[in-house]
Order: sequence, then C-alpha cells, then structure tokens
Amino acid sequence: MEPEVVIRFRDVCKSFGPKSVLSGMSLDVHRGETLTIVGGSGTGKSVTLKLLIRLLSFDSGAIEAFGDDVGGLNARELLGLRRRIGMLFQGAALFDSLTVLENIAYPLVEHDWGTQAEQRDRVAQVLEMVGMPGIEDLRPPELSGGMKKRVGLARAIAIEPDVILYDEPTTGLDPINVRRINGLILELQDKLKMTSIVVTHDMESCFTVTDRIAFLFDKKVAWIGPKEAAAQSGHEVLQRFTEGGRGILRPEDAGLLT
Amino acid sequence: MAHVVRFLDALGDVGVLTGQVFVCIFRRRFSTRTLWEQMDRAGVGSWSIATLTALFTGAVLALQFATGLQPYGGSLYTGKLVALGIIRELGPTLTAVLVGGRVGAGFTAEIGSMTVTEQVDAIQALGADPVEKLVVPRVLACVFMLPLLTLLADFVGCFGGMLATVSEVGVTPRFYVSQIMDTLTVVDLFHGLFKSVFFGYFIAIIGCYMGLRTAGGTEGVGRSTTGSVVAISLAVLIGNFFLTKLFLLVYG
Repeated sequence: MEPEVVIRFRDVCKSFGPKSVLSGMSLDVHRGETLTIVGGSGTGKSVTLKLLIRLLSFDSGAIEAFGDDVGGLNARELLGLRRRIGMLFQGAALFDSLTVLENIAYPLVEHDWGTQAEQRDRVAQVLEMVGMPGIEDLRPPELSGGMKKRVGLARAIAIEPDVILYDEPTTGLDPINVRRINGLILELQDKLKMTSIVVTHDMESCFTVTDRIAFLFDKKVAWIGPKEAAAQSGHEVLQRFTEGGRGILRPEDAGLLT
Repeated sequence: MAHVVRFLDALGDVGVLTGQVFVCIFRRRFSTRTLWEQMDRAGVGSWSIATLTALFTGAVLALQFATGLQPYGGSLYTGKLVALGIIRELGPTLTAVLVGGRVGAGFTAEIGSMTVTEQVDAIQALGADPVEKLVVPRVLACVFMLPLLTLLADFVGCFGGMLATVSEVGVTPRFYVSQIMDTLTVVDLFHGLFKSVFFGYFIAIIGCYMGLRTAGGTEGVGRSTTGSVVAISLAVLIGNFFLTKLFLLVYG
C-alpha cells in the first residue's frame, strides 16, 4: 500500500543573500512516520523545518502540507497550519519572562483552546507526559538544559499537533537526557501517532528514533530510505555519517565533507 | 553607495513595521498587561534620569544667560529665556535622547536576545504575532509616556533655572515665576509635547526594529544595541529640526 504523504517539498530553493542553502530540494514525509534529516552543519536542516511553517520564506519550488500549498496560505490559514505542526526549537526557545505554566499554555491561549481551567489541566497533563509534573510555577532560567528541552516539548505538543518538528533535540545534552528525549520522541510517536520530523547530526539518536533517514548534502536530499538501508547507501559521505562520532577523521580525508 | 542603499532598505523596513503596528492598534490586538508593564518600565522607570538632566540643564542655562546678558543689562530676563529654551527644545529633546539611550537600548537588547534564541520564531510557531506581542505595547508605551516625562522635565528644568537665577541674579522666585507666566503660551508647551510624541515613536520603533533584525548570537545583540542607541539619538536630533520647522509652519 502506498503510504499517505502529509508533507511534500518540491524543488525548493532557498538562499540567504548570495549564499544558496537549498537548491532543488525535494522530500516526502509519510503520515505517522518518524523521518530524520541528517547532514553536516549549515546544510540547511533547520532551514527546512522553518520553511515548512513559514518562519522563513522560500525562493522557488513548492511546499505542501496536508494538501495545502504552504507558500499561498493567507494569515488565517497559516495560523491553522501552525496549529497542526508543533516545533521543538534547538535551545527550547522558552519565554524567559513567563512561567512554565504560561509558556505551555501560550499556544492554547493563542488558539483559544478551552477555558482557563481546561488549559491548566492540559498543561499538567503534558508536563506529566514529559516526566516533570508540578513545575508549573518555575521560570525557564531556573531549569537545566534537559528540563528546558522537555518543557519545550510539552509546549510543542500541548495543542495536539499532527506533526512535530524536532530541531536538534539532543544537542548539548548529557547522555542520560539524550536517552530520555529519545524515549519521549518514541513514546509520543507510539501513543499519539504523531508524524515526526527530526533534524539532527547525532547519529546514535537518529538510529534510535527514526523510521527513515533523509540525507541532506549539496543543497538537496542526496539519499532517502529506511534506516536499515543507510549503511549500504553507497553514498560516501552518508557512509561516514552512519559510522557515527567514534574514531577520527584526518584532515586529508575531510576534503569531501565540506 | 552601499551605505545609502542599506539605510533606505532599513527605512523601508521601519515603514512596513509601522504599518503593521497601526493595523494591530486599529484591530485592538495587543495585550494590555504588557502595555502596563512597558509603561511602568519605560516611563515610570525613567523619571529619575529625566528629572536630574532637566534640573541641571535648566540651572546651567540660567547661569549662561545671566552672565551673558549682564553686559546688556538683560539678566532680569533670564527666566523668560530659560523657560522658552527648556519647554520648546531642551525638555523634549534631552529627555528623548536620554530615554532613548536607556529604554531604546533595553528594547533592542531584550528583543535581540529573543531573536537569537529563537523565541521570536517560537512566538510565530505557537500561533502569535511578534509585532502584536512585542512591538505594539512598546510603541504605545513610549508614545504615551514620553510626553509625560517631557512635562516633568519642563517643570523641573524651569525649577532648576529658578534656583540658579535667584542665586546669580538675585531676583525673587516670585519674579522669576511671573516672568515665565508672562512669556509662555499654551502653544509653546504644545510645541514641545507635539515633538515628544514623535520622539517616543522613534525610540520604540527603532529599538524594536533593531532587536528584530538582530543576527549573529550574543555578539550580534551587542552590535544591534550600540547601533540602536546611535540611530535613536540621530533620529531624535535630526527629526527635531524638521518637526520644529513643521510646527512653526503651522503655528508660526
């Protein structure tokens, strides 16, 4: 059976001034899967996520989400799209001036979701889900990096999106928190049947959580397929990626990676 | 040439931002809680620097006029000149430059930090509008509070002038006040307040704009903040000339 495509990138180009980041990038995301986008630093992985919810605009090509053309959405439709797609930012991007409760309730308030009491209940519920019940009254500066990520995740899923975007979910965390976040990604996938797009260069984490891998290289998706096939992709650079962070790379070998 | 293009580009962006602010205000889409917060922080929090500056500026003006006019036997008119200088020019302008340095830089640093930590992106991703959440309350707060601060500075500046005049020229406070009352008209007062409304707008819109366009991590925040203070001061001082010209054309 053909899997249902929920998000589709077609020949997307994006440049910042004279610097082209994506050029002719195409990608399909299937309903209910976890797709991980891997690639070196600065290859446009985060940009891809931001294009999808129009935090950035693309220069040419087309992006479709749930059958709608993302580039052509008006303000109201864009709001609807953002309600259906949650995002966990790299540094969690919690609002420092608000409490954890206000942070997580933010999307609920903005989308007029339920009464105030229902919002409080929902916040308690998602905090429970990420394993940190009862911290509603803390402020982000009082939280550790791992806790911030989990609160950020709670905020991203509060409104029950269909798709969730993870931007470097494990970067900068200790191994225990890395596993905790990986566990959460899998759990959300399992319980809520969410479609997930993960952007990472942490290959261990990638192999733990993902169904498919899309490898971003030279401004486009150079290889895409199930994670089991990645090791036999035949793409030299992806090969290096799948080997993970162990061992060393000598400067004379590094040429092909830049 | 590249500088000119960049400047015009930024001017266009500020224009667009202003348009967005107006749309939000007319649709009454902004949080009053943030507005009160900003009025308190930007306005009430600035009263001490506004007061101190005005007090000593008024005093020094009086000193200069008193000595300068003495050869012509004009020292008695010090009060008139101090009041006009403070209320038409120095009250609004100095207050704006100082509040701009304090408040405008604060806006840029805060919003700039939010931009580089993706909090501004997060506002959008969570279904809100950064202009509505961040810019509108700050613009309204400054546009409301700057005239009030200016009024305070006008009063304190004249008072500072009085202290200096009384001690230098030897007139009575009553004489000084009566001179001011004879000279000043409502138009003079309005002249200063009219300008301060625009200065408030310059401070907030430039402060917010520089914050929103910040890039390049913490270093970028520093760069934006410095740039913001310079841009605000220039906008106030250059804008002052044209606003004065405009006012004189209308009410001359």
